[in-house]
Amino acid sequence: MKKSTIYDIKAGLMFALPGLLVFFLVVIIPFVYGFYLTFTDWNGVSQVKSMVGFQNYIDTFKDTEFWSSMWLTLRYVVISVILVNTVAFLLAYLLSNGIKGQNFFRAGFFTPNLIGGVVLGFIWKFIFSNVFTAVGKTLGADWLSKSMLSAPKSAYFALILVTVWQLAGYMMLIYIAGFTGLSHDVLEAASIDGATGWRRMRSIILPLMVPSFVICIFLTLSRTFMVYDLNLTLTKGGPYASTRLVAMHVYEKAFTSRNYGVGQAEALFLFVVVALISGLQVWMGRKKEVAA
Amino acid sequence: MTDASKKVGGTKKIVIDIVLFALVVVLFVIFMIPFLMTILNSFKVKMDILRDPLSLSPSKGFSFSNYVEAFQKMNYLTAFFNSFIVTGLSTFFVTVLSAMCAYYYVRHDNKFSRICSSLMSASMIIPFQAIMIPLVYIYGARLGLLNHRGTLIFMHTGFAMSMSVFIFQGFIKSNVPLALEEAAKIDGCGRYRTFFQIVFPLLGPTTATLIILNVLAFWNDYLLPSLVLGVKAIKTLPLSTYEFYGTFSADYGLIMAALILTVLPILVIYLVLQKAIISGVVAGAVK
Repeated sequence: MKKSTIYDIKAGLMFALPGLLVFFLVVIIPFVYGFYLTFTDWNGVSQVKSMVGFQNYIDTFKDTEFWSSMWLTLRYVVISVILVNTVAFLLAYLLSNGIKGQNFFRAGFFTPNLIGGVVLGFIWKFIFSNVFTAVGKTLGADWLSKSMLSAPKSAYFALILVTVWQLAGYMMLIYIAGFTGLSHDVLEAASIDGATGWRRMRSIILPLMVPSFVICIFLTLSRTFMVYDLNLTLTKGGPYASTRLVAMHVYEKAFTSRNYGVGQAEALFLFVVVALISGLQVWMGRKKEVAA
Repeated sequence: MTDASKKVGGTKKIVIDIVLFALVVVLFVIFMIPFLMTILNSFKVKMDILRDPLSLSPSKGFSFSNYVEAFQKMNYLTAFFNSFIVTGLSTFFVTVLSAMCAYYYVRHDNKFSRICSSLMSASMIIPFQAIMIPLVYIYGARLGLLNHRGTLIFMHTGFAMSMSVFIFQGFIKSNVPLALEEAAKIDGCGRYRTFFQIVFPLLGPTTATLIILNVLAFWNDYLLPSLVLGVKAIKTLPLSTYEFYGTFSADYGLIMAALILTVLPILVIYLVLQKAIISGVVAGAVK
């Protein structure tokens, strides 16, 4: 062997191996093993499991609850991604014009992201079922005096509302970074050419902000697709499974119904969907990026 | 943007500024309502909350008793200690191991390091749900390693590796000069010493970013700890909060106090390190 190869191997053992070992044992091996699990009928307790061929995949296709939770999730993701990014972009725009106390407001809007989904869900559950209803009674507004969490449609809306409230502050920070990075020369040239107001926004700022949009949409997509904690503590999937998103369905399939093989097959399906969507999104963003 | 707004004439600009400021304040107050309501009601007794959660002058007044009771009943100190140990050690291991790994990838550009590096980047799109079931099977049914804080620390480290390595790699590639290491080597510095005394200190800003991101993720995580830690004595704060809610969900004042106690440590740190946290989160996302 060449001397440089030996040098590489020794350094690899010293530096890369410990981290790689943990990474493989926790991420790669279980992920690959997961494929094998989908061909078995493991029930979570016994050491014995037998091969069942493609049965789990057939069951996945027949599992109507899975498909309805998948559909709920897709709608939730699309609506949330649009709303989160709209609100975040507007907040960022408002907070990058040198307003008084700008940093204080930025920090404040970001606060929900410091807190885990479990606590946020409980806080909002109280707001929806006690505070909003109290406001409704005071104002004599019937539609507000019943908890939003008690009816399917409004509970779904409540889940989206909390998601937007939580993530908007995070994405706002990234859009602010984007605004700060805009080239002053380009903006100046635009205003000399007479581009102001909406025109300036549409033809100059928006195209230059594409990289920020790509990052933010990617982050909101992956966050919303996998949301679990908030879903669990805010609505627990109810009422009548109207807010049971796919992550919760997979969890219950495996750990509550003890149907691990089917649960894992469904989780892999979720993986394929997430991979396709984020791949597509990054690819489209690269195509639209402009050189500034 | 500031340039353009300065060009708008004097009075008109002042009016616009005032309107915008008022708009921001209104949005901010609406945004903060959930927190304000939680704090307000954490000082009230249950009856007053049921009567009117909005009231600023409850019949029984305000008191700290909910906090005292929640503190004892949710085993706050134990849960806090567990969270602290798990978050601290996981962050320590991820930071050191990922920096070492990234250093290897950058300085030893061979087939092996390229394959491992792309594998790590690609693994970032795997949803946790696609790993959790085999994870429980392997570490639970097969190895019987669940219900140890060490197992959770090990798993946190593994899951956070790829992102941390990715961010370190970018930084080392563009910001750590090779000349320094060569000089150290000539001076007879061993490889670990070169790394820990010369390279690692240069990674400072990135290390800070990653510590912030990882601490937030580990401290708040619920799903993974809920799968690993089933025994009460080793549960972390999110787990004990969840359990506490299940037991006392009808006692609103007590719950609100427990929720505030749960988020307090993070909020205190945020008050002190606000700037670093915000820039860390942005840096982590933009890379």
